[in-house]
Amino acid sequence: MSLAQTKEKATKERLTSMELPLKGWSASARSDAYDRLMGMGLPVRRDEYWKYTRPDAFTSADVPRAAVQEDNDAPIFDALDCHKLVFVDGIYSEEFSDGLSIDGVTLELLSSTSDVDIHWAKSLYGSLEKKGQKPVARPLAAFNSAFAQEGILMHVKKTPPKPISLHYVRESDVSDVMLHHVVKIDEGASITILESGDVAARCNMAIEAEIEKDGQLNHVRAQGRDHERNALTHIFAQLEEQSQFKSFCLTMNGVLTRNETVIEMRGDDGMAHVAGASVGDGDFHHDDTVFITHDALRGESRQVFKKVLRNGATGVFQGKILVKPDAQKTDGYQISQSLLLDDDSQFLAKPELEIYADDVACSHGSTSGAIDEEALFYLRSRGVPAEEATNLLTLAFLAEALEEVENQEISDVLNAHLEGCLKRGC
Amino acid sequence: MSVATDMEVKEGVDQETVDAVREVGGTYKYGWDTEIEMEYAPKGVNPEIVRLISDKNDEPEWMTEWRLSAFKRWEQMAEPNWAMVDYPEIDFQNQYFYARPKSMVEKPKSLDEVDPKLLATYEKLGIPLKEQMILAGVEGREDAPADGRKVAVDAVFDSVSVGTTFQAELKKAGVIFCSISEAIREHPDLVKKYLGSVVPVSDNFYATLNSAVFSDGSFVYIPPGVRCPMELSTYFRINAENTGQFERTLIIADKGSYVSYLEGCTAPQRDTAQLHAAVVEIVLEEDAEVKYSTVQNWFPGDENGKGGIYNFVTKRADCRGDRSKVMWTQVETGSAVTWKYPSCILRGNDSQGEFYSIAIANNRQQADTGTKMVHLGTNTKSRIVSKGISAGVAQNTYRGLVSMHPKAKSSRNYTQCDSLLIGDKCGAHTVPYIEVKNNSSRVEHEATTSKVDDEQLFYCRQRGMDEEEAVALVVNGFCKDVLQALPMEFAMEAQQLVAISLEGSVG
Repeated sequence: MSLAQTKEKATKERLTSMELPLKGWSASARSDAYDRLMGMGLPVRRDEYWKYTRPDAFTSADVPRAAVQEDNDAPIFDALDCHKLVFVDGIYSEEFSDGLSIDGVTLELLSSTSDVDIHWAKSLYGSLEKKGQKPVARPLAAFNSAFAQEGILMHVKKTPPKPISLHYVRESDVSDVMLHHVVKIDEGASITILESGDVAARCNMAIEAEIEKDGQLNHVRAQGRDHERNALTHIFAQLEEQSQFKSFCLTMNGVLTRNETVIEMRGDDGMAHVAGASVGDGDFHHDDTVFITHDALRGESRQVFKKVLRNGATGVFQGKILVKPDAQKTDGYQISQSLLLDDDSQFLAKPELEIYADDVACSHGSTSGAIDEEALFYLRSRGVPAEEATNLLTLAFLAEALEEVENQEISDVLNAHLEGCLKRGC
Repeated sequence: MSVATDMEVKEGVDQETVDAVREVGGTYKYGWDTEIEMEYAPKGVNPEIVRLISDKNDEPEWMTEWRLSAFKRWEQMAEPNWAMVDYPEIDFQNQYFYARPKSMVEKPKSLDEVDPKLLATYEKLGIPLKEQMILAGVEGREDAPADGRKVAVDAVFDSVSVGTTFQAELKKAGVIFCSISEAIREHPDLVKKYLGSVVPVSDNFYATLNSAVFSDGSFVYIPPGVRCPMELSTYFRINAENTGQFERTLIIADKGSYVSYLEGCTAPQRDTAQLHAAVVEIVLEEDAEVKYSTVQNWFPGDENGKGGIYNFVTKRADCRGDRSKVMWTQVETGSAVTWKYPSCILRGNDSQGEFYSIAIANNRQQADTGTKMVHLGTNTKSRIVSKGISAGVAQNTYRGLVSMHPKAKSSRNYTQCDSLLIGDKCGAHTVPYIEVKNNSSRVEHEATTSKVDDEQLFYCRQRGMDEEEAVALVVNGFCKDVLQALPMEFAMEAQQLVAISLEGSVG
């Protein structure tokens, strides 16, 4: 059987027992997404874009079981003053949330608007995902657009007084959740969105964000210590003139994580920074896949990813900067680095550039290696115990990625969390 | 034919570089053809053609079978489409797979008997097939030794080897240098043992096709402990129209031996594209060293993309023995489409692989080229330096793999690839794959400029340059370094390119 036939068969099998929620304003977008998915087929190992990560856990009919772990720590961002929205196994919890009302922002649930035929999100839902299918297919994102059960529809008209914190709680060993958030940021408005906790035993999450002129989106995600879960996320962001998008993700364990970020710099003078720090142990597999398209003048983009891997963990980075013919004066930077703490761990990277404009500067670097023995010796000779010295050097290694978080308070919280995890052995 | 002279070039790009690239993309100097009576196999490819080629070369049965099994596999394979190149579908049944000058039907016994027209062709290309000191005084090369140097040449014209020079002298040193068809007849044990051992028959679509239909090529065997007394070279010339060239090169460097091997290629200017699918295999035993240099100057097609050579080549070196070393140097200026990844399998402990490349794409040329460094042995080292320059509406892609296997402890890779765009209609792309599976190895892909040789930097700084200036000088000087890695015989080509700097590169 050819690859296409294999895919078609597998995709049909996967979807037989699923019902497409075709109601209200999102119906046409969902049915389009369904057609897209059928056209592309679910990903398989032989797909070039899944060369380094097995998609099976995301595409199987059965949810890989993931035992819920005891975690007595308070949610990481509780230390900050923010507006909290909580989802338990993908279902919005009124009880634990601060409610759907905050100054400057319209907050609605995807599920509760399903009966309405006219909605502002109609022009956005699934549209950035659809654009993000070229030049590389992302069928699991189309899958999400078609079948997402819940999500926040967020229209930012004015900068809200505090960050919005989305916290996910998981209570089931077999929860299978698709969340689809839509964020629209009006001209000149800015917002900070925090995400923490673990969505489900298997999660497929998509965020579509449209940032109008001079708008700003700061996104910080902390994927927690829930080891057995499988998580797939997509962020599709479209940047208009002088707008800014910053995203940072901290991942501490998880058997399988794939975070895809797809950005289109559409307006001149935009800025997009995507960064991530991850620390993985054992059967940890973490994949950061980033695709930034420069289609306007003087855009600036940065990708900074640092991975610390031990006891057989795997880190993957697939990053691409695409500079279209008219995107002159683009400044693109990309660095991916791994610190391998033992011989069993591995780092797989594909840092790509595709450039069609001549007056641009794009650099990409990728390195991999062990901890610096000299630095370790220096610390040990000054009486620092081996483990502590390793942790210190690990933190120093991750620092460049963490520095991408501009807000000092948030950055402090992340640092403290990371340090605590390293001390405990995650 | 020239690159549009009114092309706007961004500030910061060195004018000398622009001129040099224009010069390269200017009139193709080797576009003439030789009028000579040819003998063709029927058009197309099928088991009969495979048998016919085998038959023309007087091959033993085992070789014919080897080819036929390759053909069977090829029929099952699909043409790869992952490279960033775009060309009309190739009709494999509408071209010749075998063409030889009629005068070669009866194999000439010595160079004196070779058709003067053929000799004149090579003479005109600057490759005299005479056993003489050649290139004694290449213009502008003061460092050329006054007494000249010897280079043995195997000249391949369409599907056959026309002649090989200095065979007797090489034989005295124990070196075997002949056409592959001769090697199959005269040295079957060596060929049987090594052919297909580096590039397996079903390695990829074009390598498999080559295994089925290769018509000739060069064979080199350097016995243990021998330093080859002269440089060896093969010159490939495609002359016939509508004909593909499929040559096979096999180089075996036995324990402790050394050889420097050069390869050159040209073709006449024709309206229809022609296929060239070669395979080069290099085997290196313990402590052996091979330097393989290519100046690829196939006809690139005209400024509208008409004609040109489709260059789909598989080149691989297998460093089987400990401490063996291979160095690929390539200057790619020709071909309409290039698909070529000279690779190193670093199997022996402490073995080393190096890849230096300058790829210049003008007009509508498309180049997708790079290397694979597969580290299997401990303490293996590799270095990749690739410079891609695009002008006109050309596309230039670096595609490479660096793989550190779990057992390749304490290995090292350094990769640097720069691209320069001249004009705003062309493209430059980089697609590196990096796979690190142990922690004692270090891999750096274009890390930082601080990795520039400290000694060179120190030298520059001592002479009053600030650090930035010094780094720029050292980095941009690298094109020249690649050229200096070329053997003298390519001095002419190199001279044309020395003006190129990567100042103003995009990434």
